This record gives sequence, C-alpha cells and structure tokens, in this order.
Amino acid sequence: MNFANAFTPEKLQEAWNCLLNEFPFAMWETLYSTILATFFAILIGLPLGVILVTGEAKGIHPLPRPVMSFLNVFINLLRSVPFIILMVMIIPLTRVIVGTSVGTVASIVPLTVAAFPFIARLVESSLREINPNIIETAQSMGATSLQIVFRVMLPESVPSLVTNFTLAITTIMGYTAMSGAVGGGGLGKLALAYGYQRYRYAVLYLAVIVLVIITQVIQSFGTWLAAKLDKRLKNK
Amino acid sequence: MIELRNLSKTFTTMDGQVDALRNINLTVENGDIYGIIGMSGAGKSTLVRCINMLERPTQGSVLVNGRDMASMSQRELRGMRRKITMIFQGFNLLMQRTCLRNVMLPLRLSGVDRRTAEAKAQELLTLVGLPDKANSYPAQLSGGQQQRVAIARALATEPDVLLCDEATSALDPKTTHAILELIRDINEKLRITVIVITHQMSVVQEICNRVAILENGEVVEEGMVSEVFSNPRANATRNLIYPESTGNDSVFPKGGQRIRVIFNGAIASREPLLAKMAVDCGILASILGASTRSVGDRAYGYMLLGIPGTPEDMAKAISYLSATPDVTVQVEAEYAAKEVEA
Repeated sequence: MNFANAFTPEKLQEAWNCLLNEFPFAMWETLYSTILATFFAILIGLPLGVILVTGEAKGIHPLPRPVMSFLNVFINLLRSVPFIILMVMIIPLTRVIVGTSVGTVASIVPLTVAAFPFIARLVESSLREINPNIIETAQSMGATSLQIVFRVMLPESVPSLVTNFTLAITTIMGYTAMSGAVGGGGLGKLALAYGYQRYRYAVLYLAVIVLVIITQVIQSFGTWLAAKLDKRLKNK
Repeated sequence: MIELRNLSKTFTTMDGQVDALRNINLTVENGDIYGIIGMSGAGKSTLVRCINMLERPTQGSVLVNGRDMASMSQRELRGMRRKITMIFQGFNLLMQRTCLRNVMLPLRLSGVDRRTAEAKAQELLTLVGLPDKANSYPAQLSGGQQQRVAIARALATEPDVLLCDEATSALDPKTTHAILELIRDINEKLRITVIVITHQMSVVQEICNRVAILENGEVVEEGMVSEVFSNPRANATRNLIYPESTGNDSVFPKGGQRIRVIFNGAIASREPLLAKMAVDCGILASILGASTRSVGDRAYGYMLLGIPGTPEDMAKAISYLSATPDVTVQVEAEYAAKEVEA
C-alpha cells in the first residue's frame, strides 16, 4: 500500500460512500462533544477567570494570597499537561462521572478538564482589557463587588469574551479529534480509523476538509458576532 | 459640610514611601463650588478620592456633616457614595450600554426598579440637554456630550455633593465653558455642593467661590477666589495665576525698579491710571507684563511696571497708585527675594 494509489476511482467511491454513511453521525458527535465540553468548561472557567482578576491584591475583592497562588499554580499545572496524556491520566475521574472511560460522552470529561483552565486564562485576559477607571467609577457609585462583576465587568467585556470563546471552541474541536485516539467519537476518530489504521487516505483528507470547514464557519460566526455586539466603534 | 482634618496619605511604592498628601485641613460649606487646584502630581486626585474613600487616608479624618467616612461600614460607605457622586476627566461611561442605561446604572445598583429608573434617567438626560440621545451609545457622542451623560449619571442618586476630577481637562475651551455652566446651574438649582479638581486657573476663576492651592501634597493657600486671585501669597499660587511672570526678567530696565500693581476688583473703565500718573507725577512707567481679567466691569489681576529714576520716584509712584481704590502695589524685589528662599 502506498500513497500514490490512495485516490483511485474505487477508493474515491469508497470514500464517497463513507461520507454519505458515516460522516453525518461523526460530525454530530464532534459538534456535540465540542459544544458540551465548551459549555462545561465555561461553567467552571468563567468564575475562575473572574476570581483571577477580582481576587488579586489590587483587585476589587482581594482574596488571601495563598488562595490566589494555589489557583494560579493549579491552572498552570493543568494547562501544561498535553491533552492526550491528560486524557489517560484522568480516566478514573471519567469513570466516576460518566461510568465508563470509552465513548463520545466519556470524552467530554477530559475535554472539559483540559479546556476550563484555558478558558479561565482567556476570561482573565478579557477582563483585564477593561479600563480600570470604569471599575473605579462603579465603586464611586457605591456598587458592591458582585454588582461590579455582573453589571460592569462582564457586560463591558462581552465582545472580547465572544472572541475568546470562539478561539476556545475551535481549540476544543481540535482536541476532540485527539480524543478519537482514546475511545472518543467524531470526525477525528473517523480520520484515524480509516486513514491511519486502514490506509484510507481519501477518507482522512475528507474528514480533515470537513473539520476545516466547520472551524471556518465557527470562527467567522464568532468574529461577526463579536463585532456586532461591540458598541464602541459603530455608527460613528 | 465636608471637613478634612489633618488628612495625610502615604503610598508605599517599590522606591519607598511617597507622601501624596500632608496634613490637609479644609472645610467645604454646603452650596460651595470649591476649587482644588495644583500642578500635576500635587496630589489633587488623591485628595478628591479620599473624600469618598476610594483612597483610604493614612491619617486624619474626612467628616461629612460631622460623620467620619473612614469609620463607616462598607454598607454605610456605599450609601454615602450615592450622596457624594463623581465625574471624571475620561467620562468613564460604560461603552457597551446606551446613554439611558448608563444613567440608569447607579439607580439599578441601589435597587430602584427598571421602570422608575428609566423615567428618572430620561428626565436627567433632558436636564443635561441630551433628551434625544437616550438610545445612543457613548461612542456615538462627542466628548462634551459624554461628559453631560456622565453628569446625568452622577445626579441620578440625588447626591448632596458632586466631585469633579479634572472634568473639563479633556475638552476644548468652548465645550469646557458649556460644561462649567451646566455644573454651576446644577449647583444653583439643585443646591448640590461641588468640589472641582483642576490644574486650570481659568476653571476655578469661572465657577468657584473658594479655592485651595495644592503643592507637593500640601495646601499652600486657601480662601475666597477673589482674594486669592488679587493677592496671591504662595509661590505656587503666583505660578498658577501668572504663569508668564517668570520670563520678565530679561526686559527689566537698567537703573529702574519693578513694582507689581494688583487689581482687586478695581473699576477698569474709570480712568487711564498710567497716563494720569505720567501727567500728575511725571513718572513714565513702562508695562513689563500684565495679566488681567475682567469680571463685569471690574479688573482682577496684575500689571508689572518698570519705574525709571530714583527711589523717590519709586515711592511717589507707589503712593500714587496705592491711592486708587481696589489697587494694591508691591515692590517686585520682595518677590525675587522670596523666590530665592523657596
């Protein structure tokens, strides 16, 4: 078997059949694991990102230094473990939460664990973009720390958060492909199973092309949405 | 009434301790438009932030109607901040909210329901002259308009005191004038005490009744604006009022002496003072520098005169000019000596 005859008419026919029969389900698996993992990662990462900003010594609600140090080290630790290794490392956790460590649903656990520290850092950077004078203004109005977070910081950084969440969702989709190596489903698994294990390069390329298209669509939508939501530079 | 008693603020930085404010004592009466003026770095912004405890004073106290701000609980302090509101040099509007929702914010923060807040905000936008900008975003407005929205926002919680931190420094002279007029209107109609932080003497002159001059964290002079203007005692004050006076040494005529003629509300149009002095005393004074401003038909400011001739001529000129109502005369040499001391 070699690369040269990977695209003969019958191979292409086989790939076409695969596209019709298996791609829709693989795409569905990729999308739902991506979306659910992103959702859970935001659920955990957003509050952590807020705490990273508000809890520091000069923040609006300083927390004890050891708490902040622990949080920072914890996030950096998780961020520095390569995803494919993290996935294997947390198999016991996955079993506890989902009941099994194999399958698309199970892959959502390591995806979430890998993505929430990333999201926390993205949220942190979005919130740091806010003009500190605005925060001071809110304090001068008698706002509580929680009011500053929910009525000033988060609403003011919506465009930046949308941009960063778009970045996160495309990155997490990249991770789902990797989870195909350890029992996860989706386009990544399809590409690996057909392309790597069975030398069906046409299927592999097709899967990659579909992934590229989905990424493009998500990215374009995210960029458009962020621009639409940003009231700073419009209708001047 | 706001009283600052022995107020000091020390910042600890990497390079050691910095005394931003040293032993400040000030009293702002209800209804005042009180100016606090100083060069950048004099501590003005720190001072104004100590009033609403955005900066905690290191020592001393801030008494608002006799109550010590520093000893209040967080909750009480938040309540006080709704009564001592603030506008800023950079306007600091929320860019992702419409003007209406910006003005609504302090009301919503204090628990007012949406409908009531909306009505109140619309009313305030009308008061500041922007009734049609309710649904515009701040980015669509000019600087002057943004400051008007910020003023409406500051008035939302019906404060007793408005703190203006360099509120007109980012605006052009014409817009500055309009905003100052609005602030004066608010002071008069809503009986709100105003504290104005600025580095521009023209701002103090235009709206303040009292002024404190801040230099290196200390109040070097304090009083009624008209008095401080007409007879500035501290160097810092004279530098702010007569920024150009230092450059006059080069035109100092040889063999002559300099006197500073200070107009403290003298009626400017009454008679040609120098021409009359030339006729009556035969002293031909030359004007070396002048900075006068008219308020109504009265002149405030100074004129720097070179008096040629003998010390007797000098004495004659001084007594002649001093005889004019609302004019005082100082021998300029004294100033020079003081400046060397400082």
